[in-house]
Amino acid sequence: MRSVTSTVLTPVLFATYLGIGALAHDTHFSLGWALLSTLLVWAGPAQIILISTLGSGATAVQAAIAVTVSAIRLFPMVVSVLPMLRTPQTKRRQLILATHFVAVTLWVECFRLLPQVPRQRRIAFVHGLGVGLLSVCLTATALGYGLAANLPQLFGAAILLLTPLAFLLSTARNCRQLADILALVLGLALFPLASLLHTGADILIGGVSAGTIAYGVHWWRARA
Amino acid sequence: MSDFLGQFFGQFFGDPHALLVVVLAGFLPNEIWRMIGLWLGAGVDEGSELLVWVRAVATAILAGVIAQILVSPPGALASVPDWLRYTAVAAGFFAFIMTRRSTLAGVVCGELVMVAGKWWLG
Repeated sequence: MRSVTSTVLTPVLFATYLGIGALAHDTHFSLGWALLSTLLVWAGPAQIILISTLGSGATAVQAAIAVTVSAIRLFPMVVSVLPMLRTPQTKRRQLILATHFVAVTLWVECFRLLPQVPRQRRIAFVHGLGVGLLSVCLTATALGYGLAANLPQLFGAAILLLTPLAFLLSTARNCRQLADILALVLGLALFPLASLLHTGADILIGGVSAGTIAYGVHWWRARA
Repeated sequence: MSDFLGQFFGQFFGDPHALLVVVLAGFLPNEIWRMIGLWLGAGVDEGSELLVWVRAVATAILAGVIAQILVSPPGALASVPDWLRYTAVAAGFFAFIMTRRSTLAGVVCGELVMVAGKWWLG
């Protein structure tokens, strides 16, 4: 639990969820709805996309498609975190709750903190971290919802800038291998190119190609 | 009592139809990728080369999400001019490097540059 307070990502998450609560209020969703979306969806970008698409009058199907495209990143995150949690005796259902908690913050913090945690206690550690972060975010959602009417535009812009800044720097901090650094740089650079294709899956196309090029360089250097 | 509870939940959650939407359009399309990861990732070994590739792809997709928010910003962030957004992020990254990878210093510096620039522009 103490690790919840040790990360700078906690205030960032808090501010982001203040913003999500305020956004939900301004688009006329109920407080219970906003809290339920934080609890069940548990992914900042997906919630911002869900609220803004539904709020702009799109159908539930259109919103679901936009959400699922943004959520593809969760798949490789889960695949790369789970081997750190598992022992040979671990059953798959013991990992379901930990899997639900996987989002950018938890993913980044797992790579930073899990090596210091004994393997037998890692699932419990992730449950504690997940519940802690979730409580912070539920509080922030409710607070943002209540404060919505009084937030100036500059504050809104500052909150929305937090997500890219914190994502970029916390990922950069965790880059240990050449493949990770290259993936980050190429991913940033290839997105504008991929978006020229106007496929609607720009992030996926840019991400898979940048990641694969980065891995290719890693593989080539390991052989040389 | 049950009347009171019913009224409380009605006020708190609002339209039951909207709750169905959060599950169908929010929870399921998001959660499915986590569960596919759990289902397919069970057999992957921690030190394997496949995992290096998977991590590179996850990092690059995340970089794409970051680039998207900066290039086509949502909501109030769109009121900040392009050059100021990029300058703020570059300043944040510079502070991060100068402080030997302090995320906090980088985030605070980037935010300060953005707020100061916006204030200066009026």
